[in-house]
Order: sequence, then structure tokens, then C-alpha cells
Amino acid sequence: MWGRLLFDWKRWKTMAKRKLSGSDIVIQSLVDAGVDTIFGYPGGAVLPIYDALFKQNRLKHVLVRQEGGAVHMAEGYARSTGKLGVVLVTSGPGATNAVTGLTDALMDSIPVLCLTGQVPTHLIGNDAFQEADTTGITRPCTKHNYLVRDVNKLGQIMQEAMHVARSGRPGPVVIDLPKDVLINEAPYESGKKPAVKHKTYRPQIKGDNAKIREAVELIAKAKRPLFYCGGGVVNSGPRGSKLLTEFVRMTGYPITLTLMGLGAFPATDKKFLGMVGMHGTYESNLAMHDCDVMINIGARFDDRVTGLISEFSPGSKKIHVDIDPSSINKNVAVDVPIVGDCASVLAEMIKVWKETKPRKDAKAINSWWGQIDKWRKRDCLGYRQSKDIIKPQYALERLQALTKDRDTYITTEVGQHQMWAAQYMKFNKPNRWMTSGGLGTMGYGFPAAIGVQMAHPKATVIDVAGEASFQMNIQEMSTAVQYRLPVKVFILNNEYMGMVRQWQELLYGGRYSESYTASLPDFVKLAESYGAVGLRATKPSEVDDVINEMLSNDQFTIADIAIDKGENCFPMIPSGAPHNEMLLGPEDEAEKPVSEEGMVLV
Amino acid sequence: MEPIERHTIAVLVDNEAGVLARVIGLFSGRGYNIESLTVAEVDPDSAVSRITVVTSGTPMIIEQIKAQLDRLVPVHRISDLTDGGASVERELALVKVRGSGNKRVEALRIADIFRARAIDSTNNSFVFEISGSTEKLDAFINLMRTLGLVEISRTGAVAIARGAKGI
Ligand SMILES: Cc1cc2nc3c(=O)[nH]c(=O)nc-3n(C[C@H](O)[C@H](O)[C@H](O)COP(=O)(O)OP(=O)(O)OC[C@H]3O[C@@H](n4cnc5c(N)ncnc54)[C@H](O)[C@@H]3O)c2cc1C
Ligand SMILES: Cc1ncc(C[n+]2csc(CCOP(=O)(O)OP(=O)(O)O)c2C)c(N)n1
Ligand SMILES: [Mg+2]
Repeated sequence: MWGRLLFDWKRWKTMAKRKLSGSDIVIQSLVDAGVDTIFGYPGGAVLPIYDALFKQNRLKHVLVRQEGGAVHMAEGYARSTGKLGVVLVTSGPGATNAVTGLTDALMDSIPVLCLTGQVPTHLIGNDAFQEADTTGITRPCTKHNYLVRDVNKLGQIMQEAMHVARSGRPGPVVIDLPKDVLINEAPYESGKKPAVKHKTYRPQIKGDNAKIREAVELIAKAKRPLFYCGGGVVNSGPRGSKLLTEFVRMTGYPITLTLMGLGAFPATDKKFLGMVGMHGTYESNLAMHDCDVMINIGARFDDRVTGLISEFSPGSKKIHVDIDPSSINKNVAVDVPIVGDCASVLAEMIKVWKETKPRKDAKAINSWWGQIDKWRKRDCLGYRQSKDIIKPQYALERLQALTKDRDTYITTEVGQHQMWAAQYMKFNKPNRWMTSGGLGTMGYGFPAAIGVQMAHPKATVIDVAGEASFQMNIQEMSTAVQYRLPVKVFILNNEYMGMVRQWQELLYGGRYSESYTASLPDFVKLAESYGAVGLRATKPSEVDDVINEMLSNDQFTIADIAIDKGENCFPMIPSGAPHNEMLLGPEDEAEKPVSEEGMVLV
Repeated sequence: MEPIERHTIAVLVDNEAGVLARVIGLFSGRGYNIESLTVAEVDPDSAVSRITVVTSGTPMIIEQIKAQLDRLVPVHRISDLTDGGASVERELALVKVRGSGNKRVEALRIADIFRARAIDSTNNSFVFEISGSTEKLDAFINLMRTLGLVEISRTGAVAIARGAKGI
């Protein structure tokens, strides 16, 4: 064993001095940065990298079936681990296929590095075969991008790009690699790299102390406080969630989370009011509307959350903690802005709270909780159970009940099923919930689940899917089977683009234009044709059996759950309405027609 | 509605490929105004360029523009010259005027008042060089319209803070 180590050391020493090809530099940089898995698809421009991959065994490459799938896999991998997700695609169509995923990662602040092949430098600009202006195309959908023209700069750019993708507000970064750069050689120093000190890019981690004290004072004096927290807490790592939980429990105040924040605070804690926003709970939205101090930590006042801006939480003082100064005062003007990392600022807030030992207004806080409990009694997530038809809510309640003691990760596609999953699945830890929030990309969930499963081979990974969304990246079944990934696709099959159908019902007089998904495949046979497992439930009494069978096998499985085709997702705040004008169920829908102003909004 | 303000913002950037496209793409992508934009390298040793952009919007939008600019990776620093105390702002224009007789004499006379220099002349034309505030250039160009204005080339504003302190 010592002999081997010694040998490796020697090899490393010589490597350290050696000249490497651009391709080897790419791979060595990834290895040096601790990357172990990449998701990709080959093509002419990246053949040198694929050749270098062939000759090594430290990076695992997952061969996808379409580049769009690769980026979502990297997103799922990244979101479930807190690590960087890495993608490798060829020039031209390979790069353009990656664009949706890059935009998705930008909107949801997911750290992704996407390596794209490019035609050789001397051909750039000539409309060469499979040439696309990749840096031009991806400029608005990446945090930053690079075109490498000189192999001598490659090592430095790789390191810088990974730093930019991971630090501050995370996001996707593209490195465009002309083929000659991959073939040319340059000296590369292997081994652990010192932390990057970038000359212009220095995100602010520590919050301003005076502002933090001001915030804590405001929090302490609140009569109707509410924590409103989001994806930023998840981005700041498990420590961020731990500190948030500690601080919320210290104050005893209620908390609501955005779609992206689910899991940042334990869902089973009484202080959690459920999700906020368009399909959030009644109690969360009314608390947002009526609170006097709003403590926003790592959420970005998205329009799905604020509803009508002019009537958004009109009476509250607002504290906003965000690492990105451009998120502050963008949609909503706030009173105490704090630029910094959630974990760092929360640690400071806790320190100041302990130090100042503030006296809360116990009486006011008690009556605030009294009010909240009244709102809770409306039981806004209640639904009418049926004997013959599977209600989507029921299917998810059962999924929650039967998975809660397992090591479970949930991803979703986009639509009603996504909102139901957000409402009925309970997340007590961060990084367990992967969904496309900002871009709302149908086809995200299945490849994302594959990425999650790659990172957590032993865990239970379930894509809660709609039958329409699943078809957007259905080709990745082949990937799941090839790598023997026991991913579960749990289809809430309503034969409709349900979310579209719901809007058509509410806003367009029930004219269901092109929202029915005709000619659906038989998902059971489809799974079987890949050598995987297909299951179906058509009656409520079959749901548990199907879930249990799905969970007990260790194969890629599709569970096709035939749900009520006409079910709508409630509660719902129609676009352009304030929080206190929620539709709670089918009864409200007729009474409160959506305003004309709301019609132009999405 | 909040009032619309006009702001001149200086942006120091790494002079690397695509940096101008990033800045311009940010403005067009997010629907911000560009009234004028100038750019040139100001420090060849460290390859730093200075962009001066004149924009307009509500105070909240102006703040957003600055935050968005600051977020671009190759941006070193931004400075709002409209907010940050007194500054001087200049623009340069080349103005071609064609005419003869009285109009030609009148054009020269006005140029003199505006301290514009004729840097090219033929029997029936002048090219004037004029610098100053944007308003001054506007006024001069307006007067030339009736005197045979043919063509205008303007740089857009450049600006710098007054006093001894650097950006
Ligand atoms: C069909 C559909 C319906 C939807 N309905 C809802 C709904 O009802 N309710 C809802 O909430 N959402 C809903 N969404 C999602 C919504 O569109 C947004 O994606 C979501 O609200 C944004 O979540 P967030 O505010 O937590 O921000 P994120 O997008 O997670 O952004 C995180 C914020 O935190 C900051 N940040 C990042 N890292 C850090 C750090 N380390 N420290 C500090 N700050 C950091 C970022 O700068 C950013 O401002 C829906 C989406 C779809 C597709
Ligand atoms: C790529 C893409 N195209 C279109 C949309 C618009 N859209 C949002 S939800 C939805 C329907 C989704 O249907 P399904 O996957 O069956 O989910 P359901 O709503 O029925 O649960 C559509 C078309 C989208 N979000 N993404
Ligand atoms: Mg559907």
C-alpha cells in the first residue's frame, strides 16, 4: 500500500510540472476542485475531452439522452448536495439545447458549470459547421460566461468560473472551449488550489452590524411579526437552515416559506404556517397581509408571492436579508436592507438577540397567534375525499405518509401536481425538495431526480410529475435504466395540462383550448419496454399498494396514478389580486371573477 | 408615480471581450433607458475601460440599474455622478453645415458665440467641432438646422466628479 502511495506521489510530482493538453486541464481542474460527476453528451467539438475522459477514472460521466436533460440533472445534483453541478456538451446544437436549463439555474440560483465545445478559434465567425455564438446566446442566461482563446488561460478560467458559480448568489457559468484550445498544451499545476481572489468579483458575506442591530430591535418590538424566508437560506447551506430554525424558535414567531425555501424550516414545527403566495396557505397569506414586521431572509419578493404589489402587506415594516444587492428594493421597497449571506447574518442576529435579551410584547404576540389559529381553522388544504376517484391531494398525502421515515428526496415537474406536492409533502430538512420555481420549466423534475439519485444512490428519489411535463424529458428513461438508478416517477395523471386547464376554467369561460393531452402512452408498458417497472392505480383503494410496491423495488419505476381530471388547485390568489382576496375552493371560484387587470398577468 | 430622473453613471470595467455587450444587454434585457453611452480604455496597464452611461428612470429604477451593473463580474466599480456631489459633464460633436452667402456668414457667427471651431472648410461647407454640456450642443445644433445642417456626429456625454478625489 505504501508503495502505491509513493508511486502516486511521484506521479503527482511529475504531473505538477508537466504540460497538459487543454482537455486534460479541464478534467484535472474539475478533479482538483472536488468534482466527481459530470452530465454530458458528446459531439465533434468536444471529442478531445471525451478522449481524455476515456483515459481516466476519477470523474464519472453520465451519458444523457438530450443536453437539456444534462443541465437539469446537474441542477438536481447541485440542489440536493450544495455542490457544483457540471455539464459537458458539444458546440452548436449541444450548446443551444442547454439554454433552457441554464436559464432555469439562473432564475433559481443553482450553481452549475456548463462546458461547451466550440469550433477552433480560427473558424469562429465563419458560420463553420456546428458553430453557434454560444457566449452571445448564453450571456443573458448565465451569471457569467467565458470564451477561452488561449490554452494558457484555461486553468485560471476553470478555477475562476467554478468560484463564480458557487459563491455569492450561485448561478450557472458557461465556458466555451474551441477545439484547438482543447488540443493545445500548457503547463498546469495540479493539486489543491488556494482560494480565488478575484479582482472585481467579491460578494459580500457579512452583513452590516448597525443594520443587524436595527433589525433585531424591530423584531423584538413587533406585535404581529412574520418570518418570510426563501431559497437564499437553502443556498447558504445546512447551517443557514439550522440558524434560521434556532432564531425562529428563540423568538417564538410564525414563519412562512416560499416554494424555493421549503425545508429551510421544519414543516412539522407548529410555527410553520405553510407556503406563502399564489397557491400558499390561507394563514400564510393573511399573515403576510396583516403583519407589522416582515422578516424576509433570502426571499426575493417574487410576483407569485406578492400578488398585487400596491396592496402587498401594506402596514408592515420590512427587513430584507439578501446576498445580492439587486434583489433589495427591486419589487418592494424595504425599511431595513441587509446585504449578506443568510447564515452569517442569522448568526449575528442570534448573537445580538442573546446579548440584548429583548423583552417581547407577549400580550400582542399571543393575540397574533390567536388570530393565526383562527385562520388555520379554515383548514384551507382540506378537500373532499372520494370513494371512486383518486384525488391528487389524497395520493400525495399517502405518498407523504409512506415515505416520511425514509431518506427521501422529492423533485417535481411544473403544474398543478407541483403545487399539490408543495402543499402536501412535508420537508423538515433543506436540499430535499427540488423544483423549478422561477422559470417553471416543464421537464425539469425527471432529469433532476436522476441527478439527485446520482448524488444519493441509496436514497428514495421521487419525481412528482404531470403526464404532460414528464413527456418533455421522457427520453431520459434510457439514462435512468443505463445507470440502474431506482428513480421513481409518480405521475398524477389527469390527462390535462391541468394548470392550463384550471386557468382556462377560471379566466376563459371553460374554453379548454389545446390543453387536453391526447394520445398518451400506456406508461406501464412504456416502463416495461425499458426493462423498468410500471404500476397503475385507478381507485383510491389501490394507491397504498402502488406506492408500497414502488418503494419496495430497487428499479426505475413509473407509477401512473389516474387522478380526478377536473380537480383544481386551491387555495389560489388570482393574478393581480391582493392576499386577502383568496379563492379557497370551488365555491369561491364562481363568486369572485378575476379582474381585467389580472388577465394580462401570468 | 415617482418622478423620472436623469442620471450619469460611470462604470469601470475590465476591458475584456464582450464586456460592452454585457452592459448593453443588461439595459435592453431589463428595459432600462440608454440616453447615451461612451466607452474607452482609460488604464492600458491594467486594461480598465470607463463606460459613461446617461440613463433615466424613477429613483427605484436608478438604484436597480446601479445594483445590476455592479453585479456583472467584470465591473470594478460604479459611480453615480448625478448623486455623488458635483461633477462636470462634457460632450463633443462634429457638425457639418452646407451653405453660401448670408447663411454661411451667420453659421460662422453663431459658431463663434458657441466657441465652436471650424476644423474643415470648403467653399460651401464647414465642419464645426463643439464641446460642452449636452444642452449647449443641442442648442447649437438647433440653430444650425436653418443654416444648412447636413450631418451630426456626437460622442455622448463623458463626466467626472469635481474636486481632488478619484472614483
Ligand atoms: C406554477 C408555479 C406556481 C408558483 N407558485 C408559487 C407560490 O404560490 N408561492 C411561492 O412562494 N412561489 C411560487 N412559485 C415560485 C416562484 O415563481 C418563485 O420561484 C419563488 O417564489 C422564489 O422563491 P424565493 O423568493 O425564495 O427566491 P429564490 O429564487 O430562491 O431566490 C433566492 C434569493 O435569495 C438570495 N440568496 C441566494 N443565496 C443567498 C445567500 N447565501 N444568502 C442570502 N441570500 C441569498 C438571492 O439573491 C435571491 O434574491 C411558483 C412557481 C410555479 C412554476
Ligand atoms: C416548457 C414549458 N412549456 C409550457 C409551460 C406552461 N405550463 C405550465 S403548467 C403546464 C401544464 C402542465 O401539465 P402537467 O405536466 O400534466 O401537470 P398538471 O398541471 O396537469 O399537474 C403548462 C403547459 C411551462 N411551464 N413550461
Ligand atoms: Mg396533467
